[in-house]
Amino acid sequence: MNQLHHDDGGTRGSLTSADRIARSLGWLSIGLGVAELAAPRLLARSLGLEGKERLIRAYGAREMVSGVGALSANPAPAIWSRAGGDALDLATLARGLKADGGRRRNVGIAMAAVAGIAAIDIACASMLTAQNRRPKTGGLRDYSGRSGFPQPPEAMRGKAARVAAQPSAVMPQMQPA
Amino acid sequence: MKALVWHGKKDIRYETVPDPEIEEPRDAIIKVTACAICGSDLHLFHNMIPGMEPGDVVGHEFMGEVIEVGPENKALRKGDRIVVPFTIICGECDQCRRGNFSVCERSNRNKDVADKIFGHRTAGLFGYTHLTGGYQGGQAEYVRIPFADKTHVKIPDGLSDEQVLFLGDIFPTGWQAAIQCDIEPTDTVAIWGAGPVGQMAIRSAILLGAKQVVAIDNLPERLSMAAAGGAITINFDDESVIERLNELTDGKGPEKCIDAVGMEAHATATLDSVYDRVKQAAMLETDRPHVLREMIYVCRPAGILSIPGVYAGLIDKLPFGMLMNKGLTVRTGQTHVNRWTSELLSLIADGQIDPSFVITHRGDLADGPDMYRMFENKQDSCIKVVLRP
Repeated sequence: MNQLHHDDGGTRGSLTSADRIARSLGWLSIGLGVAELAAPRLLARSLGLEGKERLIRAYGAREMVSGVGALSANPAPAIWSRAGGDALDLATLARGLKADGGRRRNVGIAMAAVAGIAAIDIACASMLTAQNRRPKTGGLRDYSGRSGFPQPPEAMRGKAARVAAQPSAVMPQMQPA
Repeated sequence: MKALVWHGKKDIRYETVPDPEIEEPRDAIIKVTACAICGSDLHLFHNMIPGMEPGDVVGHEFMGEVIEVGPENKALRKGDRIVVPFTIICGECDQCRRGNFSVCERSNRNKDVADKIFGHRTAGLFGYTHLTGGYQGGQAEYVRIPFADKTHVKIPDGLSDEQVLFLGDIFPTGWQAAIQCDIEPTDTVAIWGAGPVGQMAIRSAILLGAKQVVAIDNLPERLSMAAAGGAITINFDDESVIERLNELTDGKGPEKCIDAVGMEAHATATLDSVYDRVKQAAMLETDRPHVLREMIYVCRPAGILSIPGVYAGLIDKLPFGMLMNKGLTVRTGQTHVNRWTSELLSLIADGQIDPSFVITHRGDLADGPDMYRMFENKQDSCIKVVLRP
C-alpha cells in the first residue's frame, strides 16, 4: 500500500518527568532495600551504627515496600512514604556522627546523600500529587441533562422489553453453517 | 501513519508506525474517522493485562471508511462506512454460529498460547493483549480489519459518527450486561460503576423494563449522568451501599447485579480493597474484586450477577460458599458484539436512544496521550473521550 499519510514526525507521550523520576526512585529503593537486607553488618560498621543491624534490616524492608509502590500505577503515596523514610534515615544516621575519623566522614556523606534524595522525593511526590489531582467538589460538571433518551426515562421504561422476552437472547440456537 | 502506541505502564505515545496492508483475502483497511478511549484501555495503560508488547497500537472502539478490500471480501466495498466490533469474528466456526462471537475459534492468531493460558482460546481482539491475537488497534489513522467481511457493522446514511461509534463496544457491552440479567418488570437492577459501560447498562436496563435501576459510584458528575438516565444513585463515599440497597428493596436485596467496574476497584474505599491493593503490589493477586464480593453479599438469593467488567487473572477471598448457598447465577464474558448490533442500530435509527450523550471530551488523535491522563485521573469531569485522526 502507498504511504497513506505524510506525518510531521512529531511524537507526544503520556509519561511525565515525574513518572520517570518516580520509577528511578523506585529502583533506587529496591537497590537500597536489597543492600540493607543483605549486608546490614557491613553498613552498620561503615556508618558507626554497630548494634543497629536489626533496624537496618527493617529499613531495608521499608525500602522494598516503597520501591514496589513507586513502580506501581499510582506511585505518589509510595514517594511520599519515601520522603518520610528519608527523615527516619537522617535521624538514625545522626547517631553515627558521634563516631571517629573516617566513619564520621562516611556518615556525613551518607547524610548529605539522603538529604539530596529527600529533596528529590518531596519534589517528585508534589509533582505527582499535582498532576493526578481532581477537584473534590468545585469545578465539577453537571450532566443531569444527558439522558440519551428522547423522552423522560420513565416514559422509556420497557420500550425494548420485547428483546428480553426472546428466550434466545442469552443463549441463541446454533445457526446453520 | 500516526497512531497511539503502547510502550509500557502509563506510556502511550502518538507516533509514526508502518501503514497497514491487506494480509488475508477477507481483510479490509479502513480510514478511521472516529475512535474512543475505553475504560479497558486504562487496564492496558496501567499494565494490568499481561501479554502487551512495546510498539502495540492500542484502541478497540473505532469506525471509519473502507478504503481497500481483500479479493475474497464480497461484503464490503470502498467507501462503505462501518463501525468495527472490538471482537474479531470469522462468522463460520461453531461458536460464531451459536452467536458466541467473543469466543470465536478462528480469529485469535495466537491461539496456541491462548489455549495454554485460558484452557481454550477466545476471539481475537483489536488493540489488546497478544493473548487475544495482538492485532493492531483503532486509535490510529488506518486499521487493517481481519475477517472484515464479518467483523463490521455497516452504517446507513443519516447517522453521525458519534451516534453509532459506541456500537463497537460500550453500547452492546452495557446492553449484554442487562440482557444477561433476564430483566423482569419487578426487578431492581443494581449497577456498580457509572463509567461509560455503566451508563449504557443503566439505559439498557431501563429500556428492558426494570422496575428500578440503582447506580453506585463516588464521582458526582458520573452520578448526575446516571440519574439523568433514570437511575437512583448511591455515592459510596457518603453512605453504605449494602444498607441503601437493602432499604430500596424492602430488605431483600436487588434481584440483579451488574459489575461495570472490574479488576481496578477503588483501592482505598474499603478495608478489603486496601488488602487487595497490598497483595497486588506484592504480586500475590492480579485483580481487586471488591465489587464481586459486595454483589455476592447483597444480591437477593436466586438472583443473577452479570459481569461485563474486565478481570485479568487471579482474585482472592471470593466468598464462593455464599455464592453457592444463595443459588446465584453468574454471567460474564467479553461482549458478543455482533449478536446485538442489529437491534441496537435500530434503536438508534428509530431515535429511541442517542449514545453520544456519554461523550464529554473530544480531541485530535495527537491529543490522545494527554486524554489518557485526563481519563485516568477523572479530571475535568471526564467520562468518555472521542478522538478524530
